[in-house]
Order: sequence, then structure tokens, then C-alpha cells
Amino acid sequence: MSNNKVIQVEGLTKMFGDFAAVNAITFEVEKGEIFGFLGANGAGKTTAMKMLIGISNPTSGKATVAGFDVYTHPEEIKKNIGYMSQKFALYDDLTVKENIAFFGGIYGLSRKRIKEKSAVLIEELGLEKVANKLVGALPLGWKQKLSFSVSLLHDPKIVFLDEPTGGVDPITRRQFWEMIYKAANQGTTVFVTTHYMDEAEYCDRVSIMVHGKIEALDTPKMLKKQFKVENMNDVFLKLARG
Amino acid sequence: MRFLPLQALKMKRFIGFIKKEFYHIFRDRRSLFILFGMPIAQILLFGFAITNEINNVDIAILDHSKDATTKEIINKIAASEYFSIKQIIEKESDIESIFKKGKVKAVLNFEKDFSKNLIKDSKATVQIITDATDPNTANTISNFINAILQKYQKELNKDITFVYQIVPETRMVYNPELKSVYMFVPGVMTIILMLVSAMMTSISITREKELGTMEILLVSPIKPFQVIVGKVFPYIFLSIINAIVIVVLSIFIFNMPVQGSLLLLGLESVLFIITSLALGILISTISATQQTAMMISLMGLMLPVILLSGFIFPISSMPIPLQVISNIIPAKWFIIIIKGIMLKGVGIQFIWKETLILLGMTVFFIGLSVKKYKIRLE
Repeated sequence: MSNNKVIQVEGLTKMFGDFAAVNAITFEVEKGEIFGFLGANGAGKTTAMKMLIGISNPTSGKATVAGFDVYTHPEEIKKNIGYMSQKFALYDDLTVKENIAFFGGIYGLSRKRIKEKSAVLIEELGLEKVANKLVGALPLGWKQKLSFSVSLLHDPKIVFLDEPTGGVDPITRRQFWEMIYKAANQGTTVFVTTHYMDEAEYCDRVSIMVHGKIEALDTPKMLKKQFKVENMNDVFLKLARG
Repeated sequence: MRFLPLQALKMKRFIGFIKKEFYHIFRDRRSLFILFGMPIAQILLFGFAITNEINNVDIAILDHSKDATTKEIINKIAASEYFSIKQIIEKESDIESIFKKGKVKAVLNFEKDFSKNLIKDSKATVQIITDATDPNTANTISNFINAILQKYQKELNKDITFVYQIVPETRMVYNPELKSVYMFVPGVMTIILMLVSAMMTSISITREKELGTMEILLVSPIKPFQVIVGKVFPYIFLSIINAIVIVVLSIFIFNMPVQGSLLLLGLESVLFIITSLALGILISTISATQQTAMMISLMGLMLPVILLSGFIFPISSMPIPLQVISNIIPAKWFIIIIKGIMLKGVGIQFIWKETLILLGMTVFFIGLSVKKYKIRLE
């Protein structure tokens, strides 16, 4: 890559018939950044994200992820990104170890590497006692953390998190963000969508989408200044209400 | 990142995928039951319903000879626990009336000069007339009487150098072709393969959609095509095992004949399994939840298979519109094929047309689901 921009998006648009779900959005994300991608339900966050991770074709506009074009090299992009969806997405009927081995396997990790990785991961998450238990038996917070760790298993350049903390308690959310920081410190770029405005404060920069367009994009501090409010919640409300 | 050489990597991914699929199947009691419990239960149910042991069945005798040999045979039949002689009739015209009254299930009609013929021509004939309104029982009765006759014949021939031959002439009245007998094995096999292949795959694919894991898989470097192949592969394997179990059970429990080549039977079954899998994939592309997939499989596949494939109701006696519709049901062609192989012992030269139709349908369904799958990805 010629520069530190791991995601470059210019005029990216997705039309569903006459309706522009994503309307010519433009932004850049730098390496190691925690980029908050905010918006109300139906604002087009998930659609935009799906185009970036290669499971939805853009109608028009340009986008590169990890240096690869979304039109021409979606397969290369897939190798370089991790993804955690808003639905919890490990297999409940597989054990912790089996889940790790399976996802490691589809990302092409060698058996040895999977062993090493899963040992480290299980220790870090304190899952030693339940390593051979079915994931379905774990509390949601643990699953969520495990799911995040699994999305980082193949050391992706960028990890996309789609509302990762939905439905978990504040303590787990806190721990989850500590994990996000840790990943970012190690150089992984984090692209995260969220509903929680307090979480927006944790991001390096945030963009706020309204009706398919990015209406604001800056650091939380600058956004608060720009809209002359105390917290991100008010920034969001001001924007969303127009 | 450390990647393995491409080929080894692909194989390893595939094996990992299949391993995971088997975990899903073996850890879910419901699918295990559908997979293995149901075929066995169905075959046993049908098998026992049809191979009823017969006991003290009332029969009548029309003896035109009344000689030593016929008396001996009659005594043997009377002595067996299977039959009791309800009535001795005197003339042919009584046969009809005795059946109509429903008094007996079978009539034994010995020809004139039975002993004399047996000695002179070393051949004598006895007619076994059975009431085939209940075809299975009729068939069993005639088999039992045949067995008694053969045993007697063996005894006769024991110390004599030349051979006496008693020729039983079997006549089934009221349902001469015994249309429903043996029909159930091909039918059950078709239903089971359809159920396992189409319903189970469509459910297992939609389950991944419902749980959100499909999205994760699509974002991974693994290709959508590989995901689908990985998901259906275990079901091909399990369906083949099921087909074998069904055939073995029907041979041993129901004495179902397999006249034709087992290899051909196997290959045709694999073809039908793939047809059903393609249908399953197609169903999974149009349904978002496991429940929808199950409903579509049951209503859209099982009902037509049961009603229109000729499994229970002969296609030839259906109204013309239904006969036409029955042509688009893959199961109809498969039933024709396996009936041909199992019952008639025909080779590919007699069933190539049906095989081609099935093959064409399979290609069509696969093409359609590939198209649908792409649209969904948009």
C-alpha cells in the first residue's frame, strides 16, 4: 500500500430500485484506527458495510479495502479482513475448540498454527474450563468475546464489527472494548458499527449516516465542538432529527 | 499470514467443513432420528403390515378325483396350522358363490384323475384360486400352499427314480396383477431419500442463514459454491447409507426380490439423491427460515411424492390432468426405475429414458439454484 489508508471509499452508492440505501458516501480509514460507523436503523450502515466486505455489489462509486478493489478483488479482501456480525455467529453445537479449529481452517491456518492460536486465545479469555464444552452453553458475553477473538484468528488487517455489543451487560461491553483497543494497538484496523453513543466516544473517529448519506465525520471531540453539545448522544440526536 | 499450498488448503478446508457438518448432524437428536430412525421404522412398519403371518385361513376344496393322492394332500393341508378346510364343494360354479359370500380365502381345485395323471404322465395339476381383494394375503396364501405341495412332492420322489410333478396353477381373482404388492419398498425408498436429501439439506442450509453463520462463511475466503458442496456432501453419504439399509431390510424382512443389478440400483439411487439435493438447495435459496424450508419440503415435495408418484395410487387410474402433472415429479421416474431394477430385473437399456429425464431435471434444478443463489447474494 502506498499510504496508510486501509479503507478508501469514494462516492460509493447502492441502489435498490429507485431507493438509494447508500448515497454516494466518501471516507477514508487509517491503519490501526478505531473507526465508528454510526447511524439510525435503516440509515444504510449495514448495506455500506456489506459492500466493503464483499458480499454485496456496489451500484456505483469506488472502494478499496486493504488495498484491494471491491469490484475486482473481493476474494483478496476476504482473506485480509475479519468479520463479526450483529447476530452471534459461532456454532452453538460445536465446542469452543471445535469452533476455533473450524474457523481457523476456513481461513487456511495450518493445524499447528490453529493449536497455538487456540491455546493463547483460550487462556486470554479464561475459557480453559469450558474449552471442550458446547458454545451453546456459554453466557452471551463470553460468546461475544469468543466470537470477536475468532474473527481475529487469521490476523486480519481490518476487522469489521457489526453492532458487536448488542444485548450484553455493561461490564462485558467494557471488557469487549478493552479487547478492541488491544487489537487496535497491535495494528489491526477496527471498523465498528454501534447503537450505543457512549461507545462512539471510545472511537478514534466516527461517521454518522442519515438516510444513506454521511452527514458528519470527525473525532468525537471535534464533533461535539462542531454541534456545540456535551456528548455524542446529542450530536446524534441533532443530526438524526435534522 | 501463513497459508498452506493451495491444493492442500482447499482439501483441508473441505474436510474441516465436512467434519463440522457431521458434528451438527450427530449432535442433533432430531435430525439423527429423521436420518436413521425413520427409514428403519417405515420399512419395518410396512414390512410387517404386509408380510402378515397367516393363521388358520379358511379354504375350500373342489376335488374332481377323490383318490388317494388328493386325499393325502388335503390331509396335509388340513393338518397344517395355516389352513383349515371350511367346506368341500362339488362343482365349479360353487367357487364363485363361496368367494362372494366371503366364507373362504382360497379354493383348491384338483383336476380329474389326479393320481392317474401323476403316475401316467408323472404330472398332475391343482389349481389354487385365491381371493385377491387383499392382494398381500392372497399372495401369502398361495405361497404357503405351494410350499406344502412341494414338500409333498419331495416326499413322493424320495425313493423313486423318476419324478412326479404336481403343477400348481395359481389364479388370483379380483386383482390379478397384484398391483400394490412390493410397491411399497420402492415408494418408501423414494420418500426417505427425498426427505433426507431435500428436507435435511434445505433445513441445514437455512439454519446457517438463520443463525447468521452463513454471512460469516460468505465473508470468509471460502467460496459460496464450496459452502454448498460442503453442506450437501455429508447428506449424499448418509443418503447412500440409508438406501443400503432400506434395501437390506427389505430383502431380509420382506423378502423383496432384487432381480436386477445392485450396481445399477446404486448408481440410479445416487442420481436421485443428487436430484433431491438440488431440490433441497433450491428450497433453501427461496426460504429464509428453517420452518419455511421444512414447510416447503413437506408440502411441495412430500405430498406430491406420496400422492402423484404412483407410490400409493396407480398413475394409470388418475384423471388425465393429474397424469400430466405427475410427469414433472422426479419421484415418479425414480419409482419406475427402481421398480424396473428390483422387480423386473431390467438393465439400463430399458430405463435409459427415465434416467435421462431424471438427469435433465437434476441439471435444471442445479442451474436454477445457482442462479437464485447469485441473486440472493446481491
